[in-house]
Amino acid sequence: MSAADFLGALPLIVLAVGALLVLAAAAFTRNLLASFVLTLVTLGVSLAASAVLMAQGPYTVAGILSFDSFVLFGFLLILGATFFAAISSWAALRSRRGEGGDFFFLFLLSALGACVLAASAAFASFFLGLELMSVSLYALIGWRRESGRGTEAAIKYLVIAGASSAFLLFGMALFYADTGTMSLAQLAAAGQGPLAPVGLGMMLVGIGFKLAVVPFHLWTPDVYDGAPAPVTGFIATVSKGAMVVVMVRAFAPALVGTGGINGLVGEGAVAAAAAFPWVFAVIAGLSMFAGNILALRERNVKRILAFSSIAHLGYILVAFLAGGVEALRAVSFYLVAYFVTTLGAFAAITELSGPEADADDLSHYEGLAARRPWLAAGFTSMLLSLAGLPLTAGFIGKFLILRAGAGAQLWILAVILAVNTTISIFYYLKIVSAMFRGFAGHGAAGHAAAAGNAAANAQGAAVTAAAGAGAARIPVLAAAALIALTVLVIALGVFPSPLISFIGSLHTGGL
Amino acid sequence: MTAMRSDFSLALFVLVPLVLGLASWWLGRRQALVSRWLVLAANLFTLALAGVLWLDATGVIGLGLTAAGGNGAAAAGSAVPRWMAELHVPWIPALGISFSLGMDGLSLTMLALTGLLGAMAVLSSWTGITDRVPFFHMNLGLVLAGINGVFLATDLFLFVFFWELMLVPMYFLIDIWGHENRHYAAVKFFLFTQVGGLLMLVSIIALAVLHAMASGTWSFALADLAGTAVSPVVGMLLMLGFFAAFAVKLPAFPLHTWLPDAHTEAPTAGSVILAGLLLKTGGYGLIRFAVPLFPAASRAFAPVALTMAAAGIVYGGIMAFSQKDMKRVVAYTSVSHLGFVLMGVYAFTPQALSGAVLQMVSHGISTGALFMLVGTLQDRIHTRELDRMGGLWAQAPRMGAAALVLAMALVGLPGLVNFVSEFLVLVGTWSVSPVATVAAGIGLVIATIYALRLFQMAFHGAPREKWTLTDLDARETGTLFLAIALLVLFGLYPAPILHMVEQSVSGVLAAIAAGGAA
Repeated sequence: MSAADFLGALPLIVLAVGALLVLAAAAFTRNLLASFVLTLVTLGVSLAASAVLMAQGPYTVAGILSFDSFVLFGFLLILGATFFAAISSWAALRSRRGEGGDFFFLFLLSALGACVLAASAAFASFFLGLELMSVSLYALIGWRRESGRGTEAAIKYLVIAGASSAFLLFGMALFYADTGTMSLAQLAAAGQGPLAPVGLGMMLVGIGFKLAVVPFHLWTPDVYDGAPAPVTGFIATVSKGAMVVVMVRAFAPALVGTGGINGLVGEGAVAAAAAFPWVFAVIAGLSMFAGNILALRERNVKRILAFSSIAHLGYILVAFLAGGVEALRAVSFYLVAYFVTTLGAFAAITELSGPEADADDLSHYEGLAARRPWLAAGFTSMLLSLAGLPLTAGFIGKFLILRAGAGAQLWILAVILAVNTTISIFYYLKIVSAMFRGFAGHGAAGHAAAAGNAAANAQGAAVTAAAGAGAARIPVLAAAALIALTVLVIALGVFPSPLISFIGSLHTGGL
Repeated sequence: MTAMRSDFSLALFVLVPLVLGLASWWLGRRQALVSRWLVLAANLFTLALAGVLWLDATGVIGLGLTAAGGNGAAAAGSAVPRWMAELHVPWIPALGISFSLGMDGLSLTMLALTGLLGAMAVLSSWTGITDRVPFFHMNLGLVLAGINGVFLATDLFLFVFFWELMLVPMYFLIDIWGHENRHYAAVKFFLFTQVGGLLMLVSIIALAVLHAMASGTWSFALADLAGTAVSPVVGMLLMLGFFAAFAVKLPAFPLHTWLPDAHTEAPTAGSVILAGLLLKTGGYGLIRFAVPLFPAASRAFAPVALTMAAAGIVYGGIMAFSQKDMKRVVAYTSVSHLGFVLMGVYAFTPQALSGAVLQMVSHGISTGALFMLVGTLQDRIHTRELDRMGGLWAQAPRMGAAALVLAMALVGLPGLVNFVSEFLVLVGTWSVSPVATVAAGIGLVIATIYALRLFQMAFHGAPREKWTLTDLDARETGTLFLAIALLVLFGLYPAPILHMVEQSVSGVLAAIAAGGAA
């Protein structure tokens, strides 16, 4: 590796060194604050390095990592999400004395894996990044060792992730046997023999598992439910986002110029290769429907968000299928919107949760608007953004996806998306409605109830205080993070222009 | 384009309710009265600004805020009206989206109606709403900002933005301050409206894509999209997307099923805004977008729409007759009366279209007032069951008198503006479809039955239960008197409104004629 290579891989190197320092700090001082600050500094330096490198043209490092502005944009998302997730977990960790240094180590390691995955140009780095990310997640998901559900979720994730990695590896081997290439850039292009399509199909299993799209979604609700809320937020954003970045880089250029999936089929291309866009289209449609319909009957907020994330990945696949520059832009914007809202939603859940268990049942949220109006307002903005309503980032994101889909003539998927957005509103509103309920009685109750209400509020606050084990007051840093995310959601919904023009400047692999 | 008028007064229609609504949430947290006054002020401002622009446009005063004859840029037969005033501010230039507002006579009429009914809504909840008053008024302010935006937006993306903006605050108004079955009604309202809205969004994006393919630039401006050439089949599909949104909102039979629930369960102010304004956004959307953008498809679709209208008029009437809940009666009369709007729009004659616009105004005022009256009654006796009322006139003569006039407005009694609008629709539709006209005429007969039944069961006869109720107080009397006075005034002299919307009406018809010929 040359000096330029070291400079180019600086965000990754900073992460790796920072992770080791955090581990060392945890081993020697057992001072949680030191680990926490070190983590934030590491992430900050890595973020700055990524931002500076964006100005450069595309380059590769050691032949297996390729960097361009889109990849580094992915870095910004991944590192930013890790930053917010780390802040969210700080308060919860602090109340569990004597633990937590290694928590931040695993966080950084997982982020490093996600960055390697996003930047991968070859099967080797692809697999390396994926495993680095997943193995750290096993430990993070089962972090609450005393919780049965947490351990169950960790084991479930371990088994399924292991199986999907096996599929991925075998798929890579078959693909290599047929085409003789291990480059991701050749993934969509090559494939004349019978083995390559089979290998590609098996790789899709591994990819689909990470994205948690139907039919590889079964782990999602249990893992979302069992993992601590900040970790769930991390899984929902970072691990999926990194995979989406890789997919766009590997497939979107192949879809461009062919007019999306219709063009590919119309050309009478090799049957197997032509089938893949259709596979993605079916996966997208099924994910949207399954995610939204399964969420309808759920009362556990974390599970609702798990199902809704399945649907959101379906939405992203619609834009992805449009191919080309439009896909790049729509996916980029939607990823930002999805990252910000999902992190915000899980940050809000974290604030409501105690160190032992998360506030996951809908009953925790009843009357929240009276007890903690600002928290309720923030969570409401996140849910409305997930539902894609105006004044929020989610609305602009949905709009861009629909536009990309319509531009590629994906009419059926566009209509499915519209229908599904409606279905999803039902369960988002259920949570919002619960938060604004449980105030004074209506009609007959009148003033007498208002007095009783104040007492009930005090009681509710007391319950929350007890659950928070002395941490009922939102820590300043976490509050600042939640406010920042809320402001971002609204700002992106009202003034999306700066982000859209920034995204317009992104390039990857000839797009 | 000739001289583009950048008129920031249009933005005030949106900004003032928005800002005062948000302010009322914050400033009203200690003293609830502040939030009432702030949102009332926002509506009075809308009314006053609309009034000034109205006088300016008709030449009574010469402030030069409006170009009375329109800007002259729009060619005859175009889907773009001659705007009296326009505002263009770049918003998301990369996507061809701008914050564009435009006002013609139709918009101005609807804005004036919004100011009037918005003020009525605030006044009607002055004593009725005691729970979380600031939040209530914030929602009221936001929903009115959205409605004003819908009546002004000339960029289709902006239109969708405002269209969706109305939803969430209205949902909260029903879900938090509504009656017994409010959660069900609120969700039903939201889902129905949202399906329609999203289908419209898909249509708008599809239209923009077609335009971008043809011209190479992205734009969501009405002026640009209006000229997009579409094949008949595509045009029909896109038109149906728009129609879905507007027909749900209007509501057109058989897409009306959300309405009786939402109207009945909403608090009084919510019902006033729903019936008086939200339904009008559906009619406005048909006249402004669905018909002029797709003239050929609209022509082909007209028989279906006329059938839906006639069915809705009769069905709504029969349902209104068989309800026991007073608010449900009024809700179903809305289904019936808005059938006239749908019929008037799709008859494509000057009389019918003017009648449809006038019907939106008359129905807005009369039904808004009626919901307010029912609200005052419910505040006093805590029931809406007609079976438990009777003989109320003896105790509340002022309330009874107001109810009598408003019941006559339901009937369409000559002398009230409801008569003028329904008559115009019937006259205008006769030449197009005598069958639909006859059906609508039957609807008028049914209207007599349900209106008299409503009034008799509540105010005449022997009291079924012992109620002690106070008559209307000064605030209620004043508001209802104002509404009734307007009904009578425009009933005797509808010319100002008809004149104001004349150009808009002829513009739509010219677009239809041009599109039908092509």
